[in-house]
Amino acid sequence: MKSLKAQHSFLAEAHQQLEIIEHGQSGDFALVPFQQKLEQSGLYPLTPTQVEIFQVNIGKMCNQTCRHCHVDAGPDRNEIMTRETMQQCINVLQKNPQLKVVDLTGGAPEMNPNFRWFVEALKKLHKQVIVRCNLTIILANKKYYDLPEFYKMHDIEVVSSLPFYTQDRTDRQRGNGVFDDSIKALQMLNKVGYGMEGTGLILNLVYNPAGAFLPPSQLSLQKEYKLSLIRQYGIEFNNLFAITNLPISRFLDYLLQSGNYESYMEKLVNAYNPVAAANVMCRNTISIGWDGYLYDCDFNQMLELKLSGESKHIKDFDIAALNKRNIIIGQHCYGCTAGAGSSCGGSVT
Amino acid sequence: MNNQYYNPEDLKKFGNISDFQKNLGEKFFAYYGEVFKDSELSAREKSLIALAVAHAVQCPYCIDAYSSDAFEKGWSEGQMMEAVHVACAIRGGASLVHGVQMMNKVKEIAM
Repeated sequence: MKSLKAQHSFLAEAHQQLEIIEHGQSGDFALVPFQQKLEQSGLYPLTPTQVEIFQVNIGKMCNQTCRHCHVDAGPDRNEIMTRETMQQCINVLQKNPQLKVVDLTGGAPEMNPNFRWFVEALKKLHKQVIVRCNLTIILANKKYYDLPEFYKMHDIEVVSSLPFYTQDRTDRQRGNGVFDDSIKALQMLNKVGYGMEGTGLILNLVYNPAGAFLPPSQLSLQKEYKLSLIRQYGIEFNNLFAITNLPISRFLDYLLQSGNYESYMEKLVNAYNPVAAANVMCRNTISIGWDGYLYDCDFNQMLELKLSGESKHIKDFDIAALNKRNIIIGQHCYGCTAGAGSSCGGSVT
Repeated sequence: MNNQYYNPEDLKKFGNISDFQKNLGEKFFAYYGEVFKDSELSAREKSLIALAVAHAVQCPYCIDAYSSDAFEKGWSEGQMMEAVHVACAIRGGASLVHGVQMMNKVKEIAM
């Protein structure tokens, strides 16, 4: 499977996605504007609580081409962060101790040739570093086989996608063979202590619905995952994050192709939860793109909705200005406020 | 009047049942919500039971709702179809077991 960009799909263009998200495919699909919902909840304009999490997307290159990917990542994407931009990130983190957590994402962040250098530099600043590892990268090439050891050496928190504890649902979303490789990679992570009691090495898993529906209760699902993975494969992990798919990029493509777009959006709107809206991740996170531009979240990044205000690029990073900004919202934001809410750390209520 | 008895859009109006009888409607939905909570049985197990019952009572609204709900809660297609077969077996068995009554009657009147 190729990325939408390599397929020359119209959905590879952010403005085309935004047009559909705001007005539907026919142009006259009208839902309650997200802004109106926020106004009713007393949350508009949406502003940060305080920026604490520095999420860096270090590239769109990935060894997988998942059907739900909002980044449109894949082996054919070559947009990756340069060492110079990484150094600018390090400079910002050094100057801003309130940015305690650095969350590295992609694509497969490990495919960036400067990934290990960047991680080591971040740890020298004593930051809590999270790596969003797709698991299969560990087995993709022998140069990655030692990643579990590398993560352990630097006390990295690993967050890994495993959309389900059965093969069929996982492979449907992430590609044939992904489940088996993910299980092997999880066993390798367990072997060095990740997810094991008493080691302090954190291994969290991510659930994404494999279709046009919302995640079930995170806690119930975590019980099912734990029971199934330990029984069948002897795998242990810490927490499960249940994440809602947002109607962006390849998941938007899936929704349109399967005829589920309008009903999915209605489902998100009907499930709007004001408590979740108050806790959305963009209120304490700043997202940095591979080219150094700043965004409210990884989703706004993929929709190319650059920050409002003067501080738009890592070279102009100004924490005081960022804490005072208005967060850019759109109809896609319903994905983070539906049901129990959704963030990179799972449900928010 | 609608031109069909079952309209998928009507499922969304289920909550409006209380419009004509507020007290009983509200009591029903409070009870319904309580029934489907995690308890001695998990909400996930209850969803699969509901799917089977929906087929037994042949309620298209319930089949729609609990096909989605059971799949969302992680039941596989195979497990969901087995639940439907359980409903089918009980319905079929319920008819067939009355065959004993037929046999009894025939034996009573036959030479």
